[in-house]
Amino acid sequence: MMIELNNVSKSFTLHNQGSAVIPVMENATLSVKPGECVGLTGASGAGKSTLMRVIYGNYLAASGSVMVDGVDVAKAEPREILTLRGETLGYVSQFLRVVPRVPALDVVAEPLLAVGTPLEQARDTAASLLAQLNIPERLWNLSPTTFSGGEQQRVNIARGFAYGYPALLLDEPTASLDAQNRATVLGLIEGAKARGAAIIGIFHDETARQQVCDRFVDVSGFAPQAAA
Amino acid sequence: MTPLLQVQNVAKFYGARIGCTDVSFDLYPGEVMGIVGESGSGKSTLLNSLAGHLPPDQGEVIFDTRANGPVDTVTMSEPERRMLSRTDWAFVHQHARDGLRMSVSAGGNIGERLMAVGDRHYGGIRAQAADWLGRVEISESRIDDRPSAFSGGMQQRLQIARNLVTGPRLVFMDEPTGGLDVSVQARLLDLLRGLVREMGLSAIIVTHDLAVVRLLADRLMVMKDGRVVETGLTDQVLDDPQHGYTQLLVSSVLQV
Repeated sequence: MMIELNNVSKSFTLHNQGSAVIPVMENATLSVKPGECVGLTGASGAGKSTLMRVIYGNYLAASGSVMVDGVDVAKAEPREILTLRGETLGYVSQFLRVVPRVPALDVVAEPLLAVGTPLEQARDTAASLLAQLNIPERLWNLSPTTFSGGEQQRVNIARGFAYGYPALLLDEPTASLDAQNRATVLGLIEGAKARGAAIIGIFHDETARQQVCDRFVDVSGFAPQAAA
Repeated sequence: MTPLLQVQNVAKFYGARIGCTDVSFDLYPGEVMGIVGESGSGKSTLLNSLAGHLPPDQGEVIFDTRANGPVDTVTMSEPERRMLSRTDWAFVHQHARDGLRMSVSAGGNIGERLMAVGDRHYGGIRAQAADWLGRVEISESRIDDRPSAFSGGMQQRLQIARNLVTGPRLVFMDEPTGGLDVSVQARLLDLLRGLVREMGLSAIIVTHDLAVVRLLADRLMVMKDGRVVETGLTDQVLDDPQHGYTQLLVSSVLQV
């Protein structure tokens, strides 16, 4: 298994609001093997994105284990998680967060540079992805902070697929894309599966979901049981 | 892997008042750690105690030296510590004036550090100074100008060049972007990120600006009243803060 969650729970404690404890997830158990794409389903607010953030190490799991390629993200040291994120685990979030002033081409090439790919080669790969995703070439040397929402989303996807991560988390990668770009993204996902990536995705678009997902997990099943 | 810096139980007191206390952490090669907290939380005291500017009252600051492996820098001799601070260590001050010699030319400011480690070839020193001015985006034509003729952002970039020219392995930074306007800040952050990656630097950055650490730091240490209240991966601490004080800090940031 590439990704394996066992009895993971998550709650938020709001110390400055009367120490309210908000349980959001209980006993989440899930596993994904290489080459498989699992779609997370459930209503808005059911905890799909939360689950992804727990896997990425962005949210701290309260209990349970979150194994990704043999590393328990729930307990690992920051540098172990950073190595995992650099070499193994990719994440395409809903929002692009970049350093101002860095050109789109370099934003996309960065994950490749982080694993030691030579600059020219990294930029070539980045350029080909940006072209596939219909980002006009005149924008490549501009910072994506000035791009439209849809363009930023596509830059974000290009960045997520620049390096061949063995595990990928995709948070609504096809949202706000037109039919042609959606087809390109679905093609990238199928390509990643074919090379053996384990993928967890959130797709609101029914046809996209049916096309790439091998099975579904309803996160409502991980909702904490309300105290009676 | 041996940590580059091992900090064990460091404390600094000002009389009965706590400057900082019970601070322990390991910093590995290539790691960038941010220290955040409000004014008076002890973060600058800690940084100065680690960098040898203030003698800590307790604890060990063990640095993995090139020649002799891990050595406690608190108990090492003054000349040894001075040598370390000219070679493997660098310190970027908040106010560039504190880190630069204002009456010496830009080229001289960079060259001075090279000469301190034994470089004597004038042409070689000047060529390196010119190269570094370029790397921090200052025109080579300004090499003979004094830093007093530079803007605040340029002075800060010159200070960085002066510090990095000897290829240090550990850089201490005290509010490196403080006092600069946001466009200059963005440029400096971008520059620092590039240098950290290219040179494989380890760095400890003190700041109260959470946006700065999000972009630069791999991990965070949050301080309050001289003590560490929370540590962890930067985005985890900022997105899912566990301690009440960190939650307050994160929720107090104004959105733009």
